[in-house]
Amino acid sequence: MLTIKLFATFQKGRFEAARRECPPGITLGKIVDELGIAREEIGVLLVSGRHAELEHVPAAGDTIAIFPLLGGG
Amino acid sequence: MSAEVLREFLACRAEGDLLPWSAQCEASERFGRSVAEIEAAALDWELLPGRYRRNRETVSVADQLRLFHSRVGVIGCGGLGGYLIEQLARLGVGTLVLVDPDVFEEHNLNRQLLSSPAHLGRAKVDVARERVAAINPAVTVAPHRTAFSRDNGRELLSGCSAVVDGLDDVLVRRELAAVCRDLGVPLVHGAIAGWYGQVAVQLPGGDLSRLLRPTSSSGKGVETKLGNPSFTPAVIASLQTAELAKILLGRGKLLADRALFVNLLDMDFDEIRHG
Repeated sequence: MLTIKLFATFQKGRFEAARRECPPGITLGKIVDELGIAREEIGVLLVSGRHAELEHVPAAGDTIAIFPLLGGG
Repeated sequence: MSAEVLREFLACRAEGDLLPWSAQCEASERFGRSVAEIEAAALDWELLPGRYRRNRETVSVADQLRLFHSRVGVIGCGGLGGYLIEQLARLGVGTLVLVDPDVFEEHNLNRQLLSSPAHLGRAKVDVARERVAAINPAVTVAPHRTAFSRDNGRELLSGCSAVVDGLDDVLVRRELAAVCRDLGVPLVHGAIAGWYGQVAVQLPGGDLSRLLRPTSSSGKGVETKLGNPSFTPAVIASLQTAELAKILLGRGKLLADRALFVNLLDMDFDEIRHG
């Protein structure tokens, strides 16, 4: 079981936080794709509070947090 | 005329330990020195220019002298940059190095503090220099109408006590963070999109580049879909200025090894660890 937390615009049409049963070995990239989030829109990706790459395979019990990329000034 | 004569002149015109602006100007004229030089002399002698009176419970006279001797690089003079420049000048930071290649355009008018219809087509750094001269003539401005890059970064930031990010491109932000790491200069990062913003500090030895993922080849984020309203840059730039003041004065707890993610739509402030 994974907990997925979405921030800012990523919540729209999805959820703020959800617990999901995911197949073992699934990568963050695949999870993001299945959520319909464009990879280039991701700014910060955390697994249980630590930065992670899309290739990372989360462990059962992990919390994944996904923030959009903010580029304006 | 000797420093003693100037000191006597300022002491006579001080009200308690406050030096009125009129006396600062009179001294500048009488002694042929800039208002900045008079400000430095006054602060050295523990006289506080009257304009900083409401700073003083937060910023002591010694702190004010420290700010006066600080040099801050403001990279980008648009949405964040306009508020940063305004606040740093009013705070009394002695020297501002301003870097931006652009002129004001109509689509800046919804949020960029220094923009106005009269300034359309004018270089942002030139308007910023005039604004600082109008609100705090004791602040020295070094304007550079150029785009920041890894190539010119070291030269632009040389001698800076701290640097603040007002850029609008993630890839250039990565270059700014890299140059600051090379130089060992503290950097206060800020970025905005729509209702959202983020702030973080990179101290010498730290690295905030994990907040600046190069996932987008354009260097742009979700602001291309969300735009930037008037209030978001004001909020984020104010948080950045507070961090800068703390860095310059060696006070408080900084957003180092962590970032603040701000959601103004739901009024959520989330902390992201990035150490």
